Parts: sequence; structure tokens; C-alpha cells
Amino acid sequence: MPDVSLSFAGATLRPHPSGALHWPEHDALLVADLHLEKASFFATHGRMLPPYDSHDTLAALIDAVEATGARRVFALGDSFHDGAGVARLPANARTALAALTRDLDWCWITGNHDGSAAAAIGGRVAGELELGGVWLRHEAEPHDAAPEISGHFHPKVSVTVRGRRIVRRCFALTPSKLVLPAFGALTGGLDIGDAAMARVLGRPLTALVATPERLLRFPVAG
Amino acid sequence: MSDLPPPLACWFASRGWALRGAQRGMLAASAAGEHALLVAPTGSGKTLAGFLPTLAELIDHPTVGLHTLYVSPLKALAADVARNLITPIAEMGLNIRVETRTGDTSSEHKKRQRYDPPQILLTTPESLSLLLSYPDAAAMLAGVRTVIVDEIHAFATTKRGDLLSLALARMQTLAPAMRRVGLSATIADPEAYQGWLAPDADASAVRLVRGEAGAQAQVQILLPEDRVPWAGHTGRYAAKQVYQLIAAHRLTIVFVNTRAQAEMTFRDLWNENEASLPIGIHHGSLAPEARHKVEAAMAEGRLRAIVATASLDLGIDWGDVDLVVQMGAPKGASRLLQRVGRANHRLDEPSQAVIVPGNRFEYLEALAARDAVAAGELDSDDFRPGGLDVLAQHLMGLACAAPFDADAVYAEVRGAAPYAGLPRAEFDRVLGFIGDGGYSLRAYDRFRRLVRDENGYRLSHPRLAAAHRLNAGTIVESPTLAIRFGRRGRALGRIEEWFGAQLRVGDSFLFAGQTLEVIGFDESDIIVTTGRGNPRVPSYAGGKLPLTTNLATRVRGLLNTPERWTEMPADVREWLDYQRQRSVLPGIDDLLIETFPEAGREFMVAYGFEGRNAHQTLGMLLTQRMEVAGLQPLGFVANDYMVAVWSLARVTDPAPLFSPEVLEDELAVWMANSPFLRRAFREVAVIAGLIERTQPGRPRTGKSVTFSADLIYDVLQRHEPDHLLLTAAWADARAKLTDIARLVALLERAQAKLVLRQLDRVSPLSIPVLLELGREAVYGSADEALLLEADALAAVAMS
Repeated sequence: MPDVSLSFAGATLRPHPSGALHWPEHDALLVADLHLEKASFFATHGRMLPPYDSHDTLAALIDAVEATGARRVFALGDSFHDGAGVARLPANARTALAALTRDLDWCWITGNHDGSAAAAIGGRVAGELELGGVWLRHEAEPHDAAPEISGHFHPKVSVTVRGRRIVRRCFALTPSKLVLPAFGALTGGLDIGDAAMARVLGRPLTALVATPERLLRFPVAG
Repeated sequence: MSDLPPPLACWFASRGWALRGAQRGMLAASAAGEHALLVAPTGSGKTLAGFLPTLAELIDHPTVGLHTLYVSPLKALAADVARNLITPIAEMGLNIRVETRTGDTSSEHKKRQRYDPPQILLTTPESLSLLLSYPDAAAMLAGVRTVIVDEIHAFATTKRGDLLSLALARMQTLAPAMRRVGLSATIADPEAYQGWLAPDADASAVRLVRGEAGAQAQVQILLPEDRVPWAGHTGRYAAKQVYQLIAAHRLTIVFVNTRAQAEMTFRDLWNENEASLPIGIHHGSLAPEARHKVEAAMAEGRLRAIVATASLDLGIDWGDVDLVVQMGAPKGASRLLQRVGRANHRLDEPSQAVIVPGNRFEYLEALAARDAVAAGELDSDDFRPGGLDVLAQHLMGLACAAPFDADAVYAEVRGAAPYAGLPRAEFDRVLGFIGDGGYSLRAYDRFRRLVRDENGYRLSHPRLAAAHRLNAGTIVESPTLAIRFGRRGRALGRIEEWFGAQLRVGDSFLFAGQTLEVIGFDESDIIVTTGRGNPRVPSYAGGKLPLTTNLATRVRGLLNTPERWTEMPADVREWLDYQRQRSVLPGIDDLLIETFPEAGREFMVAYGFEGRNAHQTLGMLLTQRMEVAGLQPLGFVANDYMVAVWSLARVTDPAPLFSPEVLEDELAVWMANSPFLRRAFREVAVIAGLIERTQPGRPRTGKSVTFSADLIYDVLQRHEPDHLLLTAAWADARAKLTDIARLVALLERAQAKLVLRQLDRVSPLSIPVLLELGREAVYGSADEALLLEADALAAVAMS
């Protein structure tokens, strides 16, 4: 297996091409910003987005769990697009999610979109928690120097190569902070060079793009 | 003057005018109650001819309420026509109210117009369509006698034309006696436009009125002092000569083909501008205030030259232009004629124009365009079936106004020419899409937007109407960022988001004719100050029109008529002679293919003459087939005349690579992953109302639209590959971005008459396209491979 691992705060982490983060030492898979039922949220407002996003997001999540063999899952907030999303979840998706939370050690970290609504399905809920000396939370704390892993920003990176611009979801890495890309099938992103992210994360900042063979690193200027 | 009521006759007499034939013809059509299409060159009093019957009727039978609705492709043109009508109406002392209704009209004023309309209302297709979405529009429009569509050639074949055609069908239902009048510049095929204009596409119901032909335009081709360049499309080498032409004329319009080219040409001209002649710049990305300022300066005679894109192609008479310069090849005879017509708005004097070819092939193209204009041979337009996305928007608008009966509306829609052949099943699919998204997984029943009751289809909630109106229109701009001079300073205009995203503080770029330095970013604004140094030039997606079939045929004709070569400059002649000796010239109706080794690679060049878009599609097709055949293709580059593919192995038998068989299957495979289909999808998704339009000034919506359109596209491809919007995106991508019809023509020529020349070195005719190598993005390599390459180039990423 090619080496795609990353050393962060003394831990060895493996960013997965899906946007999940595997932490072998703790048997854990971290995912952020699933935004389940985003499409149906828009549908209630008259924008009929394709109603397949929860299905696709959960399928990708199951694939990532199987590929890594993780026994614990930490969902770093905004797991549902809105608090009422749990009620809109189609029956088959609800069954699949309930099975996952039952079979695995599952923790929902609360986000700004969904609160603790997801607990109705199964699993436990936390505002934030510490794992192996690293804080797991939804949104990065700009003034906390302790190592942390978070979500919220949906970082993406754009690279121009030979006249073509390629945009990908990415992990955003600083010496003490790691931000996961959004995992949801219909979640957009914010450019990693954006000032909003710079204010919270600081510098030096590196964009990490996980491919099956390698972990690509793109330093962010400025 | 017996045709005219006394006030009009007196007004004509006071100016020493007599009725022209076209004006008489329009009055006669009106008297007979017939629809009419007026085809006349610029400067022939077309607009007045269109309005004469209305003025005459309103003088003879004064009425209150809306009498005539005028639709123009440009807000500015509507405003200009309003001024040109109000003056004579005032001079004749008539009690006729003329008002405009466009995106610039306040909502207060628009509201008042709905219950107290003027007799003459001037508007745009978008504003008309919006008007139809209001419940009180039916009463306002019920008495309309005439609708006038100006510059009909500029949009009949576009999505704006689809929208307008649907609006006309609705108006005809509301006002059955309404007469339709079209005004057009000279066009190749008036009957097609008569059909477009007519109810139920019945061309014979529209009387054709022809204006007098103007004086023949005088078109010259500018030759450089040294040699005609091998490559390039801008004619920048000729800046000094163009400047001398400007100095020798009163007012010159310098037309260019893209906004980036406008910026560069403007700077080049100012570098030559020893006498500090007032030279301005005009293009679609400049802030409206900046555009209005330069337009006013031009109209008042304060400018000597203006560098402009297609933003100045249409209608408005900006002043006493006595020379038009076309930088780079015009790409079509009609376009050249339209631009040349901007000079000298008087029929009796010939317009003066100069073409500056960018390279040797463009020299041939310029010559062909000059011949075509002299022969009065114009490009014919491609009428396509109407877009399903536009239909969705229109039907949603109707639902906003009032509940409707599906059978009646289906019949009405079929009365619009672009939708004459629309099957009922497609119509129902569009209704289904509006209702709940039209997904086979019926997940959204409780969120339906359209519900059915005894009155027909109606909106499920009134707030949907407000959302619809915010999103209406068929022009979908790329996401842009505003450029602001200082944090609280004035807006200079907008650049496309993808270019803006590459800029960092300290970078400089050329915009609005100035070198600007980035000093910061503020939400979706780029803050700049005056800069210096070597600036980058923002480029914009699209903008490049492919060479028309008509001009391509003429260029082939020139290649095959050596007698004409004596007219050409020595270096062009020599180039063609070398080609004839070393290889062969492309024939009138064949497909010439050359192969040769160069720089360690094997090249294959196909001279298709089908325009850039078709050649780009061909390049993708060829590289894909070569991959399968084990020829190890590495990349390709295409221009309007040819495509060049390079590979590790040599192509010895090209015929199978150019086979039209299984074309559809192969296209389907790569189109699904191409940027073309994604781009087309984004547009149809906005037009059909699936995703929200980017509202300029609202932070970051541009980004979220681009991104979610892409994600929605992926989800749909996976789960509903036959969804209405994917069908619509396919239709667009095929017609506009990839020119499949012309590609098929090319492949058929390859079957009938393929000429292969296996050479031991580069052929003279292929040099222009090979020189474009490295300047153009190379298609065909996978994103993953490119990303790995970027990673290998260490710090290449963000700078």
C-alpha cells in the first residue's frame, strides 16, 4: 500500500481520497460536514435539487469505513444540513445510518447547522472532545494553541496546470490545526486562500489533496 | 404624402423629407393588417419606418392604453429609441406617451406602468417576459395593436429569441388582433426570419419589406510594413499603422474579437499615441458608468477612436464614425458587414473599413470576407429547436401570473416557431420538472411547486413567484468579481472569478485601459490602485466565434484559384507556393491530412475548415481513437482551419480514425466528462430555475453556484442520466460548444475524399497551428495526471 500518511501533533493520520481522515492508532474515521438532506432542504424552498445526496454521501461513508476498517466514527458537525433534516431522511437511508451507528462506536459532534438532531438516529453526541491529545470540534478555535481537527470551512484548492484550472476538495493543514474537507455529496467549498480561513487558521498553511497513490501538498501563499 | 396624417406629413415636409419606399411599405402592411418584416441596412431610417404606422394610427384614432410594444436586444438601444421618438412627438405637439421598461426602470415606475401604461412602451425580451409573470399583465396587454421586434437578426436564433418567441405567443393569446413587426439588418435568408416572427411559424403571413440598398462598403486589408505574421489572432503588430489611420480620420471604431484583445490593443495604441489623441475603450465587463461615459464622449464628438468588442455591434448611432478597423479576422461576412455599417450612418456614402489580419491564414480569410461583402453574400443563420430550459422558465412565469390549462398552453407554445415541433411528451416533462424536479424517485411530492385544481396548474405558494422573478432571464454570466478603485472607491467593472482567484496582493493586471495593482480583497471585490510594470491580461471564457461555413468555402476557393494569388502580398503567395511544392493545397471539397515527424514526435494535421469548435471536438475524438489504436497520442491543438495531433507512434492509415461510425457512442462517453457539458449544464440549470443565478454584489454566490452546479451535475449523471436538464445541456453543448453538425460534415468528407500526404518534415500550411502550441491549453490529459505534474513542480501551486 502506498504511503499516504501525514504526521500531525505526533499522530500518524491517513487522509482518504473520499475526504475522510483515518487515524489507525485509534481505529477511528473522522468525517466533517456530511450535510445530509441538503437537497430536500432546498426543495422545501422551491429549488428541486436531485434527491440523491444522502444516498450518495452514506454510500461513500460506508465505502470509507470498509476501506479503512475503522471501528469508530467521529462526525465533526453539520452532519445534517438543517435540524429538520433528520425527519426528511428517506427510510432506506435512515435504516442504513441507524445500522452504522449501532455497529460502530459513533460520535456526533454538534455543528452550527444541525445541533444535536442526529442523535435521534443513534450514536452519542458531544460538543467537542479530546482524542489522543488532539481536540475534535466543528469549527476551529483561532486562539487555541492546542492541536485540533475540525471541519466547517469546506476547504478546496485550485491549481492551474498547463492552462487548465483544477479545483479539488482538500485538507487544510497548519502546524497545530487540521481542517477536513466537506464530505457531503452536494457540499460546495471555500477556496483555501480565502481571507476568512486565513483569519482563523493563520500561516503557514498547506492544502493536502489525497489521491489513491499519494498525498499531494500545495503550499498556500500569503 | 397622402399616406400620412397631417401632423406627420407636415413634420416630414418641415425636414425636407419624402416618404421612402420602405416606410411606404410598412404603412401599407399596417393598412392591410398584415405582419411585416423590414430588412434594411443600417442608417436607412429603419426604426422610424417601424414606428410610422403606430404614430399614424394614434394621430387618426387617439386611444389610451398600451398601443405598441417595442422590444430591443439592448437596454441602451431602447433608451436611444425613446429619445428619438419623444423629440418628433413633441415637435408635432402630439399627446402620445413613450416610456421605457428595462432592468434600469424602478420597481415603483414599473408598477405604475402596469395599471397606467403609456401608448408606446419600449422594453427588452427579459423585461417583457417578467411583465408576463404579473397577474395584471393580461389587462395591460389586452389592447396591444402592434409589437415591434428590433434588430431581430441579433437574437432570433439564441435563447433570448426562444424566450421572446414564447412571450409573443402569450401576447397573441392576450391580444389576438396584435400585429407583429420585425426590423432587421441585411440577412441572408429573410424567409427564415419571417417564419420565426410569424404566429404558428407561417412565413407567408408576414409581408417582407425591403429597404434600399446602401452604397457598397469599401473594405481594405491592411498589410504590415514587413511580413504578414505566421501566427497570432490580434493584429497587434499593426498598432502603429492603425494609429496613423486614426490620426487621418475624424472618428474611428477599432473592433476586436475578445475583451482581452481590447485591453491589449488599447494599450498598444496609447503606446503609439504621440499626439495624445483621445482614444477610449468599450467592452462588456466595464462598469455601466464607465461605458456610459465613453458612449457620451463618443456621441459628443470628444473622441477620435474607440476600441470596442461586440458591445458596440448593435444599433445605436454613436456619432460621426468615418472609419471602422477590424483587428484580427472577422470570422463571418455578416459580422463584418454589421461592423462596417457602424461607419457613416448615411446611405449615400460608402462605409470605409480596414481589416488587419492576425496571420497568413487570417489574411486569406480577410480577403474572403471582403469578397463576400462585395458579392452581398451573407452567412445564413442556424435556427435550432427552442431550449427546454427556456420553456421551463416561461411556463413558471405563466404560473406566476395565473393558473393555466395545460392543453391550451401547449397549443400556445407550439405557436412559437422554435417550439413548433415540440412533442406533447416533452412539454409534459417540462411541466413535471417545474412541479417537483421531474425525478423518477418521487421524493418531493409534498414540496410541489405546481399544484393542479379545477382551474388548472397553479403555484403552490406565492413566494415562489418572487424567487422566479429574481432568477429570470436567459443570459448566464460566468461568476465574476468586482474591481474597485480603493476600498470605498468606484467600481471599474468585473473580471471572471477564475482569473481573479489567481491574483495575489501586489499582482498587476490590465483593465479598462489601465494597469492596476491588487492591494487587497474584500468579500467578492478586488481592491486595486494604479499600478505599473508588466501586467497580466484577464481573459474571459467564450468570446471566440468559429469561422462560418460560408467564409471557409471562400478560403478554400482562394487556395484553389492561383490567378487570385497575384493580389496577395509576396510572402503569402510564397507560402502557398511552397505548400503546393512540398505537399498539396487543400481542395474545394476534400479532407487533406498530412503526417510528419517534428521535434521527436509524430504529427498528424487535418485541414477541416469547419471552425475552432468542431476541430476541438475532432481533436478529442482523434486522441481517444488513437489511444485505443495504441498510437500513444500526447495532445492536440486546434484553430479555425485545422487540427494538429501529436503522438509517439506515426499514423499510417488515418481513414479509420475519421470514421463517422459509432461517433454518437464515443461522443456520449467523453462529453459526459468534458468541461463543455458541465458548462452547458450550469447554464440550463440557472435558466430552468434549478439553481439561483449569481446576483452581482452578493458575496460568494458566484462560487457556490459554480460548485453546486458541478456537484448536481455529478449526482444527476449517476442517478438520472435522462433527466430533462441533461437533455437540454446535451442539446446546447452539441450545437454551440462542439459543433457536432460540422464535425459530421467533416467526417463525411473524409469518407468521400481523403487526401493523405506523408511528409518528412513540417508542411508550410501547418505552421500557424503549430505555433499556437504551448499558448493554448492542451486538452486530452487527465486531471489526475496534471495534478501529479503540478505537485512534482513543487511550489507551482498557488503563485
